[in-house]
Amino acid sequence: MQTAATQVPPQPLTTADGTPLKASLAFAERRNRRRALLLVAPLFLFILVFFLIPIGDMLFRSVENRIVGEVLHRTVPLLAAWDETSGELPPEEVFRALVDDFKEGREARTIVKVGRRMNYEKSGMTSLFRGTARKAARLEAGPYKQALVKINKKWGDIKTWKLLKRESAPLTLSYYLASVDFRFDDSGNVARQPEDKQIYVQLFVRTLKLSGLITILCLTLGYPISYLLATLPTRTSNLLMILVLLPFWTSLLVRTTAWIALLQKEGVINDTLIMIGLISNDNRLSMIHNATGTVIAMVHILLPFMVLPLYSVMKNIPPSYVRAARSLGATPFTAFMRVYLPNTVPGIGAGAILVFIIAIGYYITPALVGGVSGTLISNLIAYHMSSSLNWGLAAALGSVLLALVLVLYLLYDKVVGINNMKLS
Amino acid sequence: MIRRKTLVAVTAAGALCAAVAFAQSELELVIVSWGGAYTASQQQAYHEPYMAANPHIRIINDDSSAGAVAKIRAMNETGKVTWPLVDVVASDAIRLCDEGLIEPIDHDAILAPAPDGTPASEDFGDMIVSECYIPQIVYSTTFGYRTDLVKVPPTTIKDVFDLQKIPGKRALEKRPIGNLEWALIADGVDPDTVYDVLETEAGIKRAFAKLDTIKDQVVWWTQGAQTPQLLADGEVVMGSTYNGRLFSLIEEKKQPVAMMWDWQVFDLDGWVIPKGAPHRKAVLEYLRFATDSQRLADQAKYISYGPARASSAPLVGKHATLGIEMAPHMPTAPVNAKNTLLFNYEWWADHRDDLNQRFNAWLAS
Repeated sequence: MQTAATQVPPQPLTTADGTPLKASLAFAERRNRRRALLLVAPLFLFILVFFLIPIGDMLFRSVENRIVGEVLHRTVPLLAAWDETSGELPPEEVFRALVDDFKEGREARTIVKVGRRMNYEKSGMTSLFRGTARKAARLEAGPYKQALVKINKKWGDIKTWKLLKRESAPLTLSYYLASVDFRFDDSGNVARQPEDKQIYVQLFVRTLKLSGLITILCLTLGYPISYLLATLPTRTSNLLMILVLLPFWTSLLVRTTAWIALLQKEGVINDTLIMIGLISNDNRLSMIHNATGTVIAMVHILLPFMVLPLYSVMKNIPPSYVRAARSLGATPFTAFMRVYLPNTVPGIGAGAILVFIIAIGYYITPALVGGVSGTLISNLIAYHMSSSLNWGLAAALGSVLLALVLVLYLLYDKVVGINNMKLS
Repeated sequence: MIRRKTLVAVTAAGALCAAVAFAQSELELVIVSWGGAYTASQQQAYHEPYMAANPHIRIINDDSSAGAVAKIRAMNETGKVTWPLVDVVASDAIRLCDEGLIEPIDHDAILAPAPDGTPASEDFGDMIVSECYIPQIVYSTTFGYRTDLVKVPPTTIKDVFDLQKIPGKRALEKRPIGNLEWALIADGVDPDTVYDVLETEAGIKRAFAKLDTIKDQVVWWTQGAQTPQLLADGEVVMGSTYNGRLFSLIEEKKQPVAMMWDWQVFDLDGWVIPKGAPHRKAVLEYLRFATDSQRLADQAKYISYGPARASSAPLVGKHATLGIEMAPHMPTAPVNAKNTLLFNYEWWADHRDDLNQRFNAWLAS
């Protein structure tokens, strides 16, 4: 056989019209791939345009700092030549350029934007820029240095100029430093924020801790429920499933507000506990407007995300597995630990990662029931987005949070394995 | 055959819809405001009489003022400004004006003079805190307390910080603005020099130290509706909120709550026009009507906020449904306004970023 095969060289296989089969196959596959690509193209484009590009744009704001160089376009290049270590104020030409920039910026209504930007670094800059712009408009002739210092003595302070020079580059690290409680000090070195201004690191840690706790609680509560749902007869389990899903379809705000009514000092739970004599009227429990409130409300809201993947995994574990283990002499505990539990790991993994990642970015519920000890980093991101309008800092905080999630995700992949996850 | 019939029917229906839509309104004007009782008061005092006089205008309310500053900036950046007119508080107007996101206003040119002929800029006077701002109402952040849960009613701002005299939880807004001023006044600082004291490091420490004395007895609120709810539930014995909310709690919902006006903090609410906003001509016509002396006075029939025009004060009448005289419920009424504080907006524009961070760090510590 072997010798015969080597003696007769194999004819290439061809299709009916004579093209080699290999080429024809490759062509067909290419066409299929193209078709598949065309089919996903709309979705891909959609995700690119409405998801990736906006997120990328938003993240870029965490370093973006063009405004200073654009508005002070005469001053900034001249300032680059100034030696800030000399201990002397910049030369007269810089002051003249600044006055020109102020006049132009006042016309274009952009100058106070720069003041607002500088105010993130040092209090008082907004009014310095607003006031100076108003008065500089009337300056006709030099010497501009004296005139500006007369308008506001901060222009005679070398620190103002050092700050301006440091923040005149088109990219800045200030937002990232601020997002981890660091800053540039007056001489431009990286330093920790003073104690009474440190906040973000603490909130990142708290967010991770509370999200972890919420995930563990969801798992502890969700596992038995899912087991029950998976083992009951379909009719009963469908009914119970509706009970799990019903809160899922109720407005988030309604559910959160319901928890306020239940948990507050004068609320239903405290009243009941007093009625049955477990606590006295003076010792009502504080279960809301603190971390406890956040954890309770969020566990309730996120529970379905744990139950659903667990249920679908458990539903597919044949009951015969545990029965076989039992018939081979395993105790119920051993059968559960060594046969049932390992089979549910993909569900646990999927549920845990879903709950954790949703919890880490949650902000409505903590804002309403979290009080002081139960607010998360996302609440401050929301604050900087909608209220303080410091979008650069919001973007930096968001990027740090994103990076944290990615690191945890990789860790998870190492420990549990991402392929070992089952969503349905 | 069937297909042709369907086609005819669809075309006819479409034409009919278009005709109806055209006849109903030539112009839809979206006005952004705060929603709830506040938008309702604007609807009754401004929108409805204006639409009655101008049948071709239809005013649509958009309750988005709470997030308006961020949204106006986002609209400006994308170059697609869709809001013709937005209602914001004074500090936001100043910031938007600083950033060049809203139009400067020539008050005398576009607003109606007072009935006696006083030009608008004089009639509004100091209320015009920004060249881009048209104030409507003066509201105040002040205290309400449960009459049945306190042994002695609070009478001064000192009592808010006095746990001996009035034990129990109090609700304060979760931001430094207002609270730091109150803390210093309660600590004995001369109210005229509050901002000078706050300018110093020692002054800031002093304010936070005063807040420290009640820190564990404070429930921090972020939404105007929270304090009335907390008071109604007995979760707090007193709390700060907007005076209009307390009016509604006391007079409409008949809760056992009373007001403590000492050192109420005045703030303003008013209109701004985003830069590049659509329907400019219609908006200016609407504004001239909606900010005249009578209209501003009319709004006080529905909500207990004071009109921003001096000439409106004598025109304030009775509440539309409760029938009570509204003048004594205005934060600007002499009996309520013995001690008042007007925000120093410029000072806060400078120190807001810094003090917010310190405040948050203080809260978390």
